[in-house]
Amino acid sequence: MIALPRPSFRSLAVWQRNLRVWRKMLLPSILGHFGEPLLYLLAFGYGFGRLVGDLGELSYVAFLASGIICSSALFTASFEAMYSAFTRMANQQTWNAMLNAPLVVDDIVLGEVLWAATKGLMSAMAILLVATAMGLVADWRALWALPVVALSGFTFAACAMVVTAFARNYDFFLYYFTLILTPMLLTGGVFFPREQFPEWLQGLTYVLPLPHAVDLIRPLLTGGSLHQPWLNLAVVVGYGLAGLISATALIRRRMIC
Amino acid sequence: MRVEQPSAAAPLVVAHGLCKRYGEQWVVDGVDLEVRQGEFFGLLGPNGAGKTTILRMLLGLTPPDGGELQVLGEPIPARAREARTRIGVVPQFDSLDPDFTVRENLVTYASYFGLRGKDLAPRIAELLALANLEGREDTPIAALSGGMKRRLTLVRALVNEPRLVVLDEPTTGLDPQARHHIWQRLRELRDTGTTLIMTTHYMEEAERLCDRLAIIDAGRVLASASPRTLIQAHIEPHVIELLDAPGRAAGEVLAARGAGVRAYRAGDLLLLYTATPGALLGELDAAGHRYLHRPANLEDVFLKLTGHELRD
Repeated sequence: MIALPRPSFRSLAVWQRNLRVWRKMLLPSILGHFGEPLLYLLAFGYGFGRLVGDLGELSYVAFLASGIICSSALFTASFEAMYSAFTRMANQQTWNAMLNAPLVVDDIVLGEVLWAATKGLMSAMAILLVATAMGLVADWRALWALPVVALSGFTFAACAMVVTAFARNYDFFLYYFTLILTPMLLTGGVFFPREQFPEWLQGLTYVLPLPHAVDLIRPLLTGGSLHQPWLNLAVVVGYGLAGLISATALIRRRMIC
Repeated sequence: MRVEQPSAAAPLVVAHGLCKRYGEQWVVDGVDLEVRQGEFFGLLGPNGAGKTTILRMLLGLTPPDGGELQVLGEPIPARAREARTRIGVVPQFDSLDPDFTVRENLVTYASYFGLRGKDLAPRIAELLALANLEGREDTPIAALSGGMKRRLTLVRALVNEPRLVVLDEPTTGLDPQARHHIWQRLRELRDTGTTLIMTTHYMEEAERLCDRLAIIDAGRVLASASPRTLIQAHIEPHVIELLDAPGRAAGEVLAARGAGVRAYRAGDLLLLYTATPGALLGELDAAGHRYLHRPANLEDVFLKLTGHELRD
């Protein structure tokens, strides 16, 4: 029986600590948020898009922009919850210092997940700004995508934190990238519609959280209609809660021993 | 028999029968402790004796496998978070935040206690002065010397004005000057009524600073009292160390005669313990042997209680 996380408001101190570090490196951080996804958008959207043509009423570059907003949240949140959180846990003793103060593991894990979700949201917002400037966003409904992006970032971060709980070194994260993240990215509907896959593969990969995040976020950005929003939300929230509960239990066992 | 002063306040730390096992090994094996208000308490023992595990238990970071523990009136580990709001911790390994400057470290650590805003600035200035780090507020941690880092770690532990400060080998790896600076700060803290608990494997440090200490070996408390009481209770007041082979041979002969002389062989040393050194010293002088005559200390107590030296 796993004891449920019982975090306190002190989680915010963890979030704020990370924000304070991020602010010190504001310029490179922001460049990073804009840089790579923007390149993908331009290169694939215009280069590749010319070959592909339009997808129904949607131009390929608009389709891609809404997908890259999702994948950027996925990768930014996962990176933060793996490499950066691991550094703070294992190398910099940041978490140990927090545990000497009145924080508990539950606060730290929630604070780190919230922070990684925040970074995911920031990277998605950077692309959303660019996409809006390029006229790729349908209407004001796009603002509704932001809380969904934040929620998805939380979920991706919570799942990555489970991996961090097991990690002994940075190389360990490659398993997660190779076995989970990359297949999820390629089958998640980010770069092309999932309908291109055989049905069995569509079904198989629909148990993962990314396609559900894409199904929620893309229509909000491109003016399409949501098909099964409650199922999508339930899957995203379910992964998020399961991730947070397991990560907290595992990291408790790792640090409180 | 000495009568203990009745204390108005309950002890700050009460431990009964604390145990901790890793695999088959009991690293803490039935430890009883009582630390009183305003006391400087030491846990003295070699590396691997279980000192750090005991400290982690006090903080609620290592759940005990047996026994009872109360710190600042809170049951541990159940209410460790509440206890830690009033505890300051100086860990053995540097946990300063390398992403921040000196001042940012203090501000950030204070935020973990929920301390922020206008009231914090004067407190931070006070702590910087206490650490002799004025003018280095904006220095990154990587640019500090070992002594400076330790001083910053010490004042960081005071940010919440703790009633109890817990220090895990606070001067290990420091040069003598830096060590004296830390010692001075710790004495000042004690003088202002703060209760301190320190682990150390430096006999001299324990003897200088601690009002009372527990001698720990292999997870057990072997003796617990003031340094002076421990020495008086266990060891003859005079120690003669014989430093070379002819001296050792002569010492063995003298000890074999009995007459209130106890001999102990420790590595290449022969130690003679006695209450009346006069005649012994006379004979050693007459034969021209090299020796060192010194008062008994905690190292001798440790040696007698455990059969091995403190520093391994």
